[in-house]
Amino acid sequence: MSSDIFMIVPSPFFSGLIWLLAIVVSLYLARTPAHYSIRALSRVLHNAMRLSAHAIKHTEKRLQDRNKEVLLAQGREASERIIEREFDRIEASVRRDLSEYPAIHRILSDEISHIDEDYKNSIEVPPNPPGWVKAVEAVAKIPSKGDPVVADILEDIHGSLVKANEKTLDEYRISNQSRHNYLKNMMPHWRKVLSLLNQVEKHVSNLFARSISIDRHMNEYEGILKRTDRSQQMLSSSSMTQFFISGIVLAIAVGGAVINFHLIARPLSEMVGGTSHIAGFQINTVAALVIILLEIAMGLFFMETMRITRLFPIIGALNDKVRIRMAAVFITILTFLACIEASLAFMRELLMEEDAATRAILRGDNASIVAQSSYLWITTAAQMGMGFILPFALMFVAIPLESFIHSMRTVLGVITVGVLQTIEWALRLSGDIVRFMGNALIQFYDFIIFAPLWVETMIKHKQDKLGPLSPESTSHNDL
Amino acid sequence: MIKLISRLLSLTIALLLLGCSEQASYSKGVYMLVDTSGTYTRELAQAQRIINFTLAKLNPGDTFVVARVDTGSFSEKDIVQKQTFEDRPSMANQQKRLFREGINKFIDEVRPSAYTDITGGMLQAVEYMNEAKSGIKTILIFSDLKEEIQTGYNRDIPLNLEGYRVIAINVTKLRSDNIDPVEYLDRLEDWRNKVESGGGEWQVINDLERLEPIFSS
Repeated sequence: MSSDIFMIVPSPFFSGLIWLLAIVVSLYLARTPAHYSIRALSRVLHNAMRLSAHAIKHTEKRLQDRNKEVLLAQGREASERIIEREFDRIEASVRRDLSEYPAIHRILSDEISHIDEDYKNSIEVPPNPPGWVKAVEAVAKIPSKGDPVVADILEDIHGSLVKANEKTLDEYRISNQSRHNYLKNMMPHWRKVLSLLNQVEKHVSNLFARSISIDRHMNEYEGILKRTDRSQQMLSSSSMTQFFISGIVLAIAVGGAVINFHLIARPLSEMVGGTSHIAGFQINTVAALVIILLEIAMGLFFMETMRITRLFPIIGALNDKVRIRMAAVFITILTFLACIEASLAFMRELLMEEDAATRAILRGDNASIVAQSSYLWITTAAQMGMGFILPFALMFVAIPLESFIHSMRTVLGVITVGVLQTIEWALRLSGDIVRFMGNALIQFYDFIIFAPLWVETMIKHKQDKLGPLSPESTSHNDL
Repeated sequence: MIKLISRLLSLTIALLLLGCSEQASYSKGVYMLVDTSGTYTRELAQAQRIINFTLAKLNPGDTFVVARVDTGSFSEKDIVQKQTFEDRPSMANQQKRLFREGINKFIDEVRPSAYTDITGGMLQAVEYMNEAKSGIKTILIFSDLKEEIQTGYNRDIPLNLEGYRVIAINVTKLRSDNIDPVEYLDRLEDWRNKVESGGGEWQVINDLERLEPIFSS
């Protein structure tokens, strides 16, 4: 019925032909405005997409600048912290070593005095020649002339001289032995001096190593201040690594929290009931979750007060006395919660045993009620231990959490830049496609009306052959 | 800091108070009708096992009722044991043990009834369970489903079982069913029509191992 309205003549073929002719003629007549509309539409869409891409590129540029600022600011802050800590360590080291220095100096002076004294004692004193040697010499020069008395005297003198020589030699030997003993006594003093000097050298080497480390950090810091590309790349890479490592550690911590949750959720149903629900969750599970979150919060605040993390600058800015008091309060609350958890873990074991006994009774299996394992205390102790330790273990979540939050800013920035670049590319591509589609549509339009166009071209060709057109017709064609 | 902690505690208490109002919608209610007519009393040991199994599967806050089906079952007097279990699991365990003892006593002392008024029992079940306001309502029918109403009792009443799941358990075949199985199939079909026309969900479980999934939902 609806197709009948297209039937101009009874024959469908002729009706179709008439319609085709009418459409082609209509399209030919509307060719110029249609071309104009298609071209305008494609241009508008192309320009809109190009402008959008440009705007996104601008945003992306701003975001990249902001990412760079964030990255450099974080890097600067981290470098400052590291350098500050290195200086603190050097200060502590210098203070400690210098405080030891007077004692070392005194010991060294004492040792050197000892060595000096021993040295003086060990100096070799040449033996005094006997005083009567000259007299002997004069007597020896007396000509004997075969006088036997003189010969006897000379013989006696010779004997006396030999005796004197032997005595002197013995004394000299004793004196040498004594000097050697002094030299021998010097050895421990030398060794002590050597040890003290080694100690001093070690301290100096430590300081030297720290100074090299500080030099390295200072170079990095200078690079950050100068905003070099290398520093930015280094910080970006470091940030990504931090993000993934802290993410893995946080995932492990979540695992610990889940175990903790299961330890306390069941016994909490004895306290808060197991039938009420909050937003579809059992009240005891919500209570367990709240306790675990409280533990994490306490641990987080404790780490803040100890200045291990810096998530809350207001806590770090408190004076030391208040800060330490707060730390004591937080650790006390955490210990209290850990004790509660240990008790709940113990209670859990009791409840599980009672459940098992009830199930056994309901099964009619009385034997299993009596047969209780002797090693059940191990599981109870293990559960209690875990209940006590896990809250303290969760306390350290603060460290990876801080790294995760800080590195997340950079990572999110990089991801957003990537997304913006993709959108920009898609918009540019779509704009170009729209422009080419507009041209293609114009070509297709002309293809549909190729017959009248061909006729028009033929007529124009003939007119060109006949001669120049009248001004009226030229102006008409121009229109 | 103290303010933050006090706010967290306040929020927790508020959430606790909010949660108390949601108790009924998550609890399960099971009403078990136990046929005590004629030769079916021999199956009561099986009923005892099913009751124990159900007790083991129910949680604190759930409601469990066991009622006998006899000549006129639309009566509170036919309720053998009923219990809404306490919030505290340890208390609920004690209640389960007492429930079991009550059932054991009933099984030992029960005497066969002359008639089987299952419809009356179902009416009583619906009335009780509507009062209990359980979230998930189940009626277990431990019977061969052969209803025999005493003369004078009107049981031609439409059942309103909207939101109920009716499960026939241990539907044993009678001697006549063995001769003509159509009779058995017709009996099951009649009950299906009766339950489903009342808006309920009908299920038959003869293999008791398949009973477990119905308590896991």
